[in-house]
Amino acid sequence: MAADVKLTRLELDKLIENPKTKVIVCCGSGGVGKTTTAAALALRAAEHGRRTVVLTIDPARRLAQSLGLDELDNFPKRISVEGFEPAGELWAMMLDMRRTFDDMIIAHSDPERADELLASPFYQTISTSFSGTQEYMAMEKLGQLVAEGEWDLIIVDTPPSRSALDFLDAPKRLSSALDGRIIKMLTSPARAGGWGVRKAFTAGLAMATKAVSTVIGGQLLTDASAFMQAFNSTAGGFKERATKTAELLRSPGTSFVVVAAPEPDALREASYFVERLSDESMPLAGLVANRTHPTLANLPATKALAAAEALERQEGNGSPLAAAVLRLHADRAALDQREQRLLARFTRAHPGVPVVGVPALPSDVHDLDGLRIIGERLASAE
Amino acid sequence: MTKPRAGRYTPSAGWTQELRKARLHFVTGKGGTGKTTLAASLGLALASGGRRVLLVEVEGRQGMAQLFDTEPLPYGERHLVSAPDGGELRALHIDAEAALLEYFQMFYNLGFAGRTLRRMGAIEFATTLAPGLRDVLITGKIKECVTRTGSDGRFAYDHVVVDSPPTGRIVRFLDVTRALTDVTKSGPIKGQAQGVVKLLHSPETAVHVVTLLEEMPVRETLEAIEELSDAGLRPGAVMINRVRPPRLPARSITAAADGRVNSSRVRAGLEAAGLDLDAATLDGLVDETVEHAIRIAAERSAMEQLGEAKQPTIEVADLTEGVDVAALYEIADMLVEMGVR
Repeated sequence: MAADVKLTRLELDKLIENPKTKVIVCCGSGGVGKTTTAAALALRAAEHGRRTVVLTIDPARRLAQSLGLDELDNFPKRISVEGFEPAGELWAMMLDMRRTFDDMIIAHSDPERADELLASPFYQTISTSFSGTQEYMAMEKLGQLVAEGEWDLIIVDTPPSRSALDFLDAPKRLSSALDGRIIKMLTSPARAGGWGVRKAFTAGLAMATKAVSTVIGGQLLTDASAFMQAFNSTAGGFKERATKTAELLRSPGTSFVVVAAPEPDALREASYFVERLSDESMPLAGLVANRTHPTLANLPATKALAAAEALERQEGNGSPLAAAVLRLHADRAALDQREQRLLARFTRAHPGVPVVGVPALPSDVHDLDGLRIIGERLASAE
Repeated sequence: MTKPRAGRYTPSAGWTQELRKARLHFVTGKGGTGKTTLAASLGLALASGGRRVLLVEVEGRQGMAQLFDTEPLPYGERHLVSAPDGGELRALHIDAEAALLEYFQMFYNLGFAGRTLRRMGAIEFATTLAPGLRDVLITGKIKECVTRTGSDGRFAYDHVVVDSPPTGRIVRFLDVTRALTDVTKSGPIKGQAQGVVKLLHSPETAVHVVTLLEEMPVRETLEAIEELSDAGLRPGAVMINRVRPPRLPARSITAAADGRVNSSRVRAGLEAAGLDLDAATLDGLVDETVEHAIRIAAERSAMEQLGEAKQPTIEVADLTEGVDVAALYEIADMLVEMGVR
């Protein structure tokens, strides 16, 4: 069944070696190995001679430590580990969303205004607990790294979210809530002549807006209003900034790599994402099917199982080791078949999308050697 | 299917007496561990034996509809499937917007203005501006479902199971007291929320954590359990998903994980079974065996780490064929066998 679908192989070496590739964004739903994939690609690009930086969002602690990133400092740090001498350079950083936000405000306003903005109680909420702020700040940081122009290649990991689409949608959602007409109506008493604005609406609507302010409280609205007025006059509004960074993702030189586990849910998310990228004319490099389990021995599962049963039936089961070896091979062959079936189904739905399967390592990766092996598997260079 | 035996490394307490007191079950876990699947199976298991169970979805991803292969769930309770022995599983997709409108309707009698509010994006605005509001509304609706009684005085639902936000966000989601700092200090929403706090911190509520026997999910599980306890919430069972049977004899695992597999013994055994394999195939089998042993050894230490949490554990065997509706019933059966009721 899998045989009649022709997989186009994703050639990641060509992508990372191409001097025109400036930004690679690794996307996918949570728990599929995005961060490790991003770090492994960056390591490989550095070893292929490019000055590379990887922007990680929430790396596993031991992976971060192995990269020398034991603390959040929000600026790229060069990875120097003994014996690691890549032809290019490998830099890495972890996103500190609060500091990125602070920096954005400081860069765009005079010191007095900046202090006022940073001290706003509303800013405390928005910079730490808003859904969408992390995605927004990841984009902001990417924009900064691109603007610095110091890197041959920037590889971006995306925030852990239930859906890969959040990375594209969250900044827009956040900015439309903050720049939308509701907040203008509820929070610009000066321009609209106080609550007199109500006259323009029906009595029902007035009641509705009152209900909203009853629920979230007048103080919060006042804080939000003060913050937004100050912010819009300096940084040019959330929406405008979000639009600008979104344009970056459409520019030539940017490629998306979708990472998915060979599981139905993750592949379904990957499908949505692939469709969305094509709707938005954002360039998709292909799909990384992460942690596959290809068999290493050419022996049909049925044959292995039959032999294992024969051994177990023998008196006293003289070869428990051989029987175990046969059974674990049969397990793996069944898993392999299932994964191939799922990937074939994905390819049938998206025939043009190149795919590479990355065989699972038996244990977690937390050093450069482990990342190098993943990199080899990503490039199918084993 | 062969029963998983990984549990012999730590005693598995199964579904304890204390867990049986719970009527409201939150199922959390790191992304990708299968919490939606286990929430659905837990719902089915609790519904078996003629009970009525409500399965609640809160994150707007319609994972339940996909899992049960039905149309997207509306904001409204509806029949999902029948459970073994005459039970019923119903489903509700809680959408914070709809819940806020319902709330406005109840206390302010807004009529059509509610729709205008929605069209203008006011609801999205309110829940974005006050992120805690969303959680207060959702948990408020859940509480209403848990405490609702029929005309006969019995609870409308014997159990309510919530497919919850992932481990990274679960405490924030359930910590209604803190979320309340976001919303106005007075009014009916505050009064309602106090009832929610009481329910969530009572023995009627348990927060189950789904994990895999892998490093990151195990660490997040332990962190979540600690955070839950610190917040005065009750961690329930640790549900270990996708447990695969260790095939190697226990005494061979350490050596094999070190790469020491006696290939001449394997070859002799294979020959005894009538298999005469070439050297490459034999090498491949040995490599697979080493990888298997490394994984089993890692799973063993993950299991030991989980033991530190001292929570009841439930093991769910891996289904190689993947998860479809039939598989949900299969997992529900495993749960019932482990004492879930």
